[in-house]
Amino acid sequence: MKKYTDSGKKDTRSGFGAGLTALGKTNENVVALCADLTGSLKMDEFKENHPERFFQVGIAEANMMGMAAGMTIGGKIPFTGTFANFSTGRVYDQIRQSIAYSGKNVKICASHAGVTLGEDGATHQILEDLGLMKMLPGMTVINTCDYNQTKAATIAIAEHKGPVYLRFGRPKVANFTAEDQNFKIGKAVQLQEGNDVTIVATGHLVWEALQAAETLNEKGISAEVVNIHTIKPLDKDAIVKSVKKTGCIVTAEEHNYLGGLGESVARILSESHPTPQEFVATQDTFGESGTPEQLMEKYGLNAEAIVKASEKVLKRK
Amino acid sequence: MPTIKELNDLVIQVRRDILRQVHKVNSGHPGGSLGCTEFFVALYQELMDRKKEFDMDGKGEDLFFLSNGHISPVFYSVLARSGYFPVEELNTFRLLDSRLQGHPTTHEGLPGIRVASGSLGQGISVAIGAAETKKLNKDSHLIYTLCGDGELQEGQNWEAIMYAAGNNIDNLIVTIDLNGQQIDGSTQNVLPLGNVKEKFEAFGWEVVIINKGNDLESILDGMKTAKKKTGNGKPICVLLHTVMGHGVDFMMHTHAWHGKAPNDEQLENALAQNPETLGDY
Repeated sequence: MKKYTDSGKKDTRSGFGAGLTALGKTNENVVALCADLTGSLKMDEFKENHPERFFQVGIAEANMMGMAAGMTIGGKIPFTGTFANFSTGRVYDQIRQSIAYSGKNVKICASHAGVTLGEDGATHQILEDLGLMKMLPGMTVINTCDYNQTKAATIAIAEHKGPVYLRFGRPKVANFTAEDQNFKIGKAVQLQEGNDVTIVATGHLVWEALQAAETLNEKGISAEVVNIHTIKPLDKDAIVKSVKKTGCIVTAEEHNYLGGLGESVARILSESHPTPQEFVATQDTFGESGTPEQLMEKYGLNAEAIVKASEKVLKRK
Repeated sequence: MPTIKELNDLVIQVRRDILRQVHKVNSGHPGGSLGCTEFFVALYQELMDRKKEFDMDGKGEDLFFLSNGHISPVFYSVLARSGYFPVEELNTFRLLDSRLQGHPTTHEGLPGIRVASGSLGQGISVAIGAAETKKLNKDSHLIYTLCGDGELQEGQNWEAIMYAAGNNIDNLIVTIDLNGQQIDGSTQNVLPLGNVKEKFEAFGWEVVIINKGNDLESILDGMKTAKKKTGNGKPICVLLHTVMGHGVDFMMHTHAWHGKAPNDEQLENALAQNPETLGDY
């Protein structure tokens, strides 16, 4: 088994901030808009370096999305920053009409996604955003797993023409992917090679999937772990290739099982290679207040849940 | 520069285009379109500094965004007659595979359209974004946008209105079509807008009023005044008092023709009131 080490816990939102800072220096067309969450989104450095390219819109997300659409006209590449809840559900129609349907080159950057937002509770913990965004024609949907990958993705999406939803989170989590990685939109990353079960994970669940694979290995089960950072377009070839070898799959995401990564995987497999699948995801529920670790455990979003799902799906082969 | 007579001829021809478009497909929005005909003609024929060829980025030219996208018939007619696409294409309004969708969109690549609109309340935000980009690009051209009055009931407008004043978006002229009507009745009955002038002023905007919004000379005067006020740190709002359905007597002063097409007889009557000037498509 490959060994992955945590180089020191960091939050994915800081990866976004670092990526935006880097972009500020290399791409003068990059502009940033923020709805009163500059510190939370780690956009301070970009703001300090390029005050003329930073737009504080106040607590007015609908206006922010419309403005971002308008800013593309004339060649700017707007990055909007707010929490995932206010980046999607609150402004769905603005994104739908002014950005997606209008084909605007806006990068919707969303922090504090999922239950790991923690103590603020369900009003702020969106578990439906991936579904909302992946249903929009032309929208690219990315959910990164650690600091390094979020930084790389932030830089990569500036080069992609078209609307992108980039989702990341609040808590400090293991930082284990390479600092100098080449982030390719739509390309899955195989982290562990295995023969018995495929585990496809996204976001914070990728590290948990690696931990699960180690536990499974101790039990004599060989798990293949695939990091799906891009939920749309989904890397069909990588998923089908893996399940052709293993014969069963577990999907893992910090999102409702309705509308998330798991359903996208199920659709691909039902068309190409029907395969027993188990879903590690929230079960059509809202979140609640608690620490990220407590919530991950309560809602079945950790390594232990992935191990259980893997053992269950193996029996269905 | 076209003469007032030439502009008035175009106004009448555009009216005919509006009526014939909605009649053909028995759908669309003639009322607001007819009410804003003079405004569109003045904007595209005289007020805006625009390039002949359309490109999305629109650098080095004035840009217009239609927020109340349902008045697409007037927008399409004036765009076609201003050279953006063949006038004959008005024949495809609202038909399958047409670039002239029910509400304007960039999605089918129709020249002259820079953002989709139809779901109301989004145009001012988009216009502000484009205005900010003009400033970043050191492009001194202006951004124009048109909104319906009923549309001001959408909350996003007030976010945008607050932003524009707070951030000195002074290369922007937002025109409000004050016809006092919306789908369910008069704005007064559906949800009163209060004193729109005082509201914009309270938010920090400069307001210009055009009382005769269906009179070309009044529009040109008022809009030129508005243009002169740009560049002074404040966004500009033009309150354009129009009559819904203007130019067709049985469609005027009522919300009944907001989104209803005339039948054959009504079309004939309406066209007779607006005899052909530049030639039908």
